[in-house]
Amino acid sequence: MNEVLLIYAVALLLAWPLGRYLAAIYSATPTALDRVFGPVEWLIYRAIGVHPLAPMTWKEYGKALLKLHLIIGLVALMILMQQGWLPLNPDGIEGMRWDLALHTTASFITNTNQQHYSGQAQISYFAHLFAIVSLQVITPAAGMAALVAILRTAFARRDETALTAEGAVSVGNFHADLVRAIVRVMLPVAFITALLLAWQGVPNTLEGARIATPLDASAGLAEQRIPVGPVAPMVAIKQVGTNGGGWYGPNSAVPLENPTPVSNFVETIAIVLIPMALVFMAGYLTGRRRLGVLVMGVMLSLSVLLTGINIWSENQPNAAFADLAAEGPNLEGKEVRFGATATALWGSFTTQTSNGSVNGMHDSFNPVGGASMLMDMFINATFGGVGVGLINFLLFLLLAVFLGSLMVGRSPELYGRALEAREIKLVCIALLLQPLLILGLTALAVAIPGLAGNSNPGFHGLSQVLYEYTSAFANNGSGFEGLGDNTVWWNLSCAVALILGRFIPILAPLAVAAHLAGKRVAPTTSGSLAVETPTFAVLTLGIIVMFALLSFFPVLALGPFAEYLSLAG
Amino acid sequence: MKQARSRLRLVNAHTLARLAGESVRRLHPRWLARNPVMFVVGVGTLVTLWLTGADLLAGRPWGFDLAITLILLFTLLFANAAEALAEARGRAQAESLRSTREGLVARRIQGAGEEQVPATALRRGDRIRVLAGELIPADGEIVEGAASINESAVTGESAPVLREAGTDNSGVSAGTKLLTDSILVEVTAEVGQSMLDRMIALVESAKRQKTPNEIALTVLLSALTLVFLIVVATLVPFAAFVGGETSVPVLVALLVCLIPTTIGGLLPAIGIAGMDRAMRANLVAKSGRAVEVAGNIDTLLLDKTGTITHGDRQATDFLPLINLAPERLRTAALLASLADPTPEGKSIVALARSRGAVVEADPEARFLPFSARTRLSGIDQPDGRRLRKGAPDAIRRFVTENGGSYPDETTALVERVARGGATPLVVAEDDRVLGVVPLSDIIKSGIKERFQRLHAMGIRTVLITGDNPLTAAAIAAEAGVADYIAEATPEDKLEYIRREQAQGRLVAMMGDGTNDAPALAQADLGLAMNSGTQAAKEAGNMVDLDSDPTKLLEVVEIGKQLLVTRGALTTFSLANDVAKYFAILPAIFVASVPAMRTFDIMHLHSPATAVLAAVIFNALVIPALVPFALRGVRLRPASADVLLRRNLLIYGLGGLLLPFPAIKLIDLGLGLFL
Repeated sequence: MNEVLLIYAVALLLAWPLGRYLAAIYSATPTALDRVFGPVEWLIYRAIGVHPLAPMTWKEYGKALLKLHLIIGLVALMILMQQGWLPLNPDGIEGMRWDLALHTTASFITNTNQQHYSGQAQISYFAHLFAIVSLQVITPAAGMAALVAILRTAFARRDETALTAEGAVSVGNFHADLVRAIVRVMLPVAFITALLLAWQGVPNTLEGARIATPLDASAGLAEQRIPVGPVAPMVAIKQVGTNGGGWYGPNSAVPLENPTPVSNFVETIAIVLIPMALVFMAGYLTGRRRLGVLVMGVMLSLSVLLTGINIWSENQPNAAFADLAAEGPNLEGKEVRFGATATALWGSFTTQTSNGSVNGMHDSFNPVGGASMLMDMFINATFGGVGVGLINFLLFLLLAVFLGSLMVGRSPELYGRALEAREIKLVCIALLLQPLLILGLTALAVAIPGLAGNSNPGFHGLSQVLYEYTSAFANNGSGFEGLGDNTVWWNLSCAVALILGRFIPILAPLAVAAHLAGKRVAPTTSGSLAVETPTFAVLTLGIIVMFALLSFFPVLALGPFAEYLSLAG
Repeated sequence: MKQARSRLRLVNAHTLARLAGESVRRLHPRWLARNPVMFVVGVGTLVTLWLTGADLLAGRPWGFDLAITLILLFTLLFANAAEALAEARGRAQAESLRSTREGLVARRIQGAGEEQVPATALRRGDRIRVLAGELIPADGEIVEGAASINESAVTGESAPVLREAGTDNSGVSAGTKLLTDSILVEVTAEVGQSMLDRMIALVESAKRQKTPNEIALTVLLSALTLVFLIVVATLVPFAAFVGGETSVPVLVALLVCLIPTTIGGLLPAIGIAGMDRAMRANLVAKSGRAVEVAGNIDTLLLDKTGTITHGDRQATDFLPLINLAPERLRTAALLASLADPTPEGKSIVALARSRGAVVEADPEARFLPFSARTRLSGIDQPDGRRLRKGAPDAIRRFVTENGGSYPDETTALVERVARGGATPLVVAEDDRVLGVVPLSDIIKSGIKERFQRLHAMGIRTVLITGDNPLTAAAIAAEAGVADYIAEATPEDKLEYIRREQAQGRLVAMMGDGTNDAPALAQADLGLAMNSGTQAAKEAGNMVDLDSDPTKLLEVVEIGKQLLVTRGALTTFSLANDVAKYFAILPAIFVASVPAMRTFDIMHLHSPATAVLAAVIFNALVIPALVPFALRGVRLRPASADVLLRRNLLIYGLGGLLLPFPAIKLIDLGLGLFL
């Protein structure tokens, strides 16, 4: 338990200064580091031929964002399908089937890293470096850029709305926001993390697999191939960029990705570091520190609550051991070296932040633990993915502003700007998409025989399918596993959930922010809804929980809860 | 009388029958389609009805399906009845006003003569003659003459009022009665376009336009309805996958329970009732939006006269300068005020006479009548003496223009009077100041408390007065307003409104005169007095039939109440869903998935009674909340944070908890029979 508190505390203590640093980056305050990063950024701007100061409307910003993802997606798709004859392939891995390559591409351009393949066996070094790791660096930066655009447009305390030359509302410059995030945040933070991991023994080489001879001849194995590669940098970026896609199939449960208690500590903190820092950043960047406190308060409450449930659940015995003399925590599918608590903590963090890396098998969690992680992903706004988690939170905040304003007798306003039918429509589209895709696709998959390919029937089978689509839509990437998920159906349907679940919840709030910024600002009086108060925090928290529960209570009841209750007898 | 009219009588036997008929009539798909939430209920009702029929024909048990069908039907009827009830109340209010003008005959001026035409034939711009004892046939403006009019038909106030051409009180309303004299009126509204007609349109569902905020809320409610459609539809394959069975009527019941029928069903009624409340306060809004905006007002510009004070400022004393005989000041003040017909002027004359002044005006004298522009009145005596009485700065200008000086003593006196909250008028003769006349005004009782309520709600109050800054400050302090505009001209008001708006504030003001029109039009909420000129009434977006300056305060509260009612019932509606899940989900699955029994935390009698109890609760909530919808939730003045906390507790937490005992209770009742 002390370990859990320590990790929360250290993560928050590191996130705070990082948040200040992020705010400084995005308010373009001159810093000493400009001399290091400035020229690098300048080179990148020149190389891609953009002007980093040109203001963009939300449409231009959104288009630039989509264009970037289209290009890097196409490149990744080509590499994955053609990796067989591309260089840096010492183990002779073949190109991917089209549907798997499509799913993998969709999964990595959406910062999800849902894997229907096993990295060490199905992806070459070249593909890992250029298709996987580079996307793991770019996509969180894109999410961060979108968040910053939204914050500065609709939430920042400022006298005048920034405009483009044509007089439309400007949300900033996508290229500048993206490149700054990559150069000044993702790469340095990942670099430091990678050094820490390499120090702990995570492999970092371009050589091929190691061959080992087992000491115990009775194993019946003449030699064992141990795949290695540039693992440390990838593990670092997968942790800090809420990516989650590991080098090895079992992710950070494998000793080569996560060798020691220290590496586990580092990796656990790395999961939440940037998502937490972005909350601190929001307070500094907008000049509304109390907004930052509000967001942090609500997110932290949700995080502690759901993590607490998960840790409690995993410290209960596994139902299969019910009649055995030795009772203990549920260690099925967990590394004994980490134990139930550390695995549950990781499981909660990774689902709360839409990271998706694992150090244990979520499929083997007790039902209540599994439900808590599903809840994490339904909410998807407790810190959440880099950038997008906070964007999701802001969507709920807008809903809370709408209801809260009515309840105090005012037409809904966010910081004095009217929230009208047009904005509510966009918010609703983003929110409606979640039950539509998660429940709709799950329903299709379980309704059509042979489609799901479950390893389990009944309640648990339903949970598996639900988890897969929830993970896809939340851009989480973790898997309940136990699904034969490398099929055309799974690859395509997940790709749809991945892409819609990524871009609609980014573009709709961006549009809302730009619309809001174009409106007249009314001064705040004691009669207007005060957003930065404990009461409003409670309202926001209530709306977040209610929305998730009302949408998913029936399926949770039929899946994990029914399983729990039938196991409990 | 006003009291009696504004009391809320929900239903009596006669209206109940009409209401029932109206509720059935509104089951028409075209009506239902206007409201997405209730439309889904309508479709659900048809589905269960069809299933009931199919069961009946196939010889299967059909009682349960029929029960669900009937409850859903009643859900629809209750919602329709709520809307019809709100509409009927609003319409009755409007009709009682309209009835006064039916069958009226007008004398239309035709060339040199007059012709008798029915009032309905009048067009805008027509001129009509009205004689004493007649009812005024159309809304209009007096272009010639002055008369005293009984407006009780419109305002419920029986004391006659004076209306006069060319003044700020030249507007007349159809249905009011001319008591004296004869006037020439220019018709200002086409048939069907009069204020009353517009007002009636606001409370008729068929014609009513949704307000912006209502549209936004409808979008949200529609989205929630879609979410629950998805939830319920996907439940079928989920249940099948885990080996459970689902029955369509139960699923329809679950869907109807989950979608926000409470707020969906009451939303139109809330909107109409808001307009109706405005109307009961004798306010005519030109659009629903105007009432909604009222809730958002940040700044209220209030005329001192009539709003804050009783408005009849009376001269209370004569304060001569040292070395001046009091009689001289008294006489001069009296003479200079003869041409001032305002209550203030008259009060000076009256005070002077009561103190023994006996002087009469010389027939040869030339009068300088009081005007709001010059802010002084006076008399030029045949002997060349020019007496003036007026605002201190006007007199100062007069004295200095005549080569005299404005002594410090006067300034000191003026300040002393002003600091005491009275209005100083200065009396001068040619180049010499004679003294000061203080006019005192009495602050209305209870007005200070009222302002405190407004301040608690975050509304700035601004006093507008023609008084000098010192008097204005004294009154402002006494009444507790936040700011004041002293020596205000219509331009000052307009300027002030623009300044406030530039800072993003929404401004409301009340006015009656033609020169108020620009400011009324500029204000976000311009409330024109019915007694005012046509220009003022057209510039404003609301008209107060009572011409009561304090009405602005009521408008704000009505607007706020409208929004709070919507928000509170939405929260309540959504919070209710939790209990309904706990009632229906176990009922659906308990047979096939025994583990689900654990969720039956209410320990309901049987699956059938559980489902029925939830649907019945869902239906009954609508009529139970009709009084809330029609009266509006109680709005106690408090800061937004306090309001939010209170409403979250009552409607959020209350909405979460209340259905549990309620559903249990209904289930207990059903258990006795089933």
